Amino acid sequence: MTAKLSPTQMAWRAAQDIDDGAYVNLGIGFPEMVAKFQPPGREAIFHTENGILGFGEAPAAGAEDWDLINAGKKAVTLKPGTAFFHHADSFAMVRGGHLDVAILGAYEVAENGDLANWSTGPKGIPAVGGAMDLVHGAKRVAVITDHVTKDGKPKLLKACSLPLTGVGCVTRVYSSLAVIDIEGGRFVLREKLPSLSVAELQAMTGAELHITAPVADLIVPEL
Amino acid sequence: MDKTLPDLATAVAGISDGMTVMIGGFGGSGAPIELIHALIDRFIATGHPRELTVVNNNAGNGHVGLAALIEAGMVRKLICSFPRSADPVVFTEAYLAGKIELELVPQGTLAERIRAGGAGIPAFYTPTSYGTDLAKGKPVEVFDGRPYVQERWLKADFALVKAHLGDRLGNLTYRMAARNFNPLMCMAAARTIVQVSKIVDPGEIDPESVITPGIFVQGVVQVENPAQEEILNRAKAVYPEVSA
Repeated sequence: MTAKLSPTQMAWRAAQDIDDGAYVNLGIGFPEMVAKFQPPGREAIFHTENGILGFGEAPAAGAEDWDLINAGKKAVTLKPGTAFFHHADSFAMVRGGHLDVAILGAYEVAENGDLANWSTGPKGIPAVGGAMDLVHGAKRVAVITDHVTKDGKPKLLKACSLPLTGVGCVTRVYSSLAVIDIEGGRFVLREKLPSLSVAELQAMTGAELHITAPVADLIVPEL
Repeated sequence: MDKTLPDLATAVAGISDGMTVMIGGFGGSGAPIELIHALIDRFIATGHPRELTVVNNNAGNGHVGLAALIEAGMVRKLICSFPRSADPVVFTEAYLAGKIELELVPQGTLAERIRAGGAGIPAFYTPTSYGTDLAKGKPVEVFDGRPYVQERWLKADFALVKAHLGDRLGNLTYRMAARNFNPLMCMAAARTIVQVSKIVDPGEIDPESVITPGIFVQGVVQVENPAQEEILNRAKAVYPEVSA
């Protein structure tokens, strides 16, 4: 069993790349945790599809106001500077290219940046939400994902097998083992867990990992 | 001019079989639970309306509101972006049994189709869904070197919406993120019926604060202390209540 980052640790790593002043949308699930790990001195503004910019953390149990929720239908709070708006304005922010970063989950990512994260095929109930809008609207689209599936199959592939969310849209993957950029239709390895050799990582990846500069150690705090 | 309505039954009386009904809200926030339940009451009493096409972001949660409308068998087709919830069993069972048709639409495209319907714009182009299954059969055109998918407007016979304050002219405000799809749906329906927590006199809403101007609204009914879907579901509420 190889050591790997927890979802919380992946979220921490993704948070280190968010600049001061960035407008950011975080997908439902693991990516939501990124908001908790903003480095000191930086202020990112978080956007949620259902019409809030600049919301705060979850309220204490019992203090929820169910008119004040995020896209995952979880209660959030107001902060000084919060803004409300309707859904067309919310997606004008997304589709008009005003968001700096979107961080999503993934079933599969291909080396050309294709993302599959909305449908597991004909048997399930498909649910797309705002994912297809986000992948073409945000200036930078990143993914947080386990490096392999629960049964050990690669999630980073030459081509996605599941229905696509977007074509050529992902530029960085924060996996449980590595940080990988997508450049020129290929995976470029930037950071990996120090306990793992490049060959071991390659064996768990479904397409070739390219190395164009020294690979840094992926080191995150215990969280 | 007086758009106020005396009660919920009157508010939903004009909705008939086969109509397209936009129902406001995102999950439970902004969902007009009392208007939906009044529609179910009418169906139980008269067998109508049925065979509805419903437009909502979601597919209901638990056994109240939109989920109860589906459970009652009144919905033939649902147009939505995200038919999952904490307890989506009603929609899931109806869908897997082939009792309800689903048109899945990306959330931003859904919002913009509704806005376009309200603004008299029959079609528009968006990069969203390009190259995916949801773009199949739709025209694609290249603008400035990038491919875009053509999407059509979405209009409705009725919209059922929840707002916060309303006056007899139909001017509305909303509470926090309960705004979501509601102002768009008000624009896109031939008849928009709104439940508000309080009907106020014209002028009591500061003109600077009006979110939906009254021209988009045909009926306003007061529902003080409206139910929140999340609180009903935590109490495991079922509508209509099953009598012992």
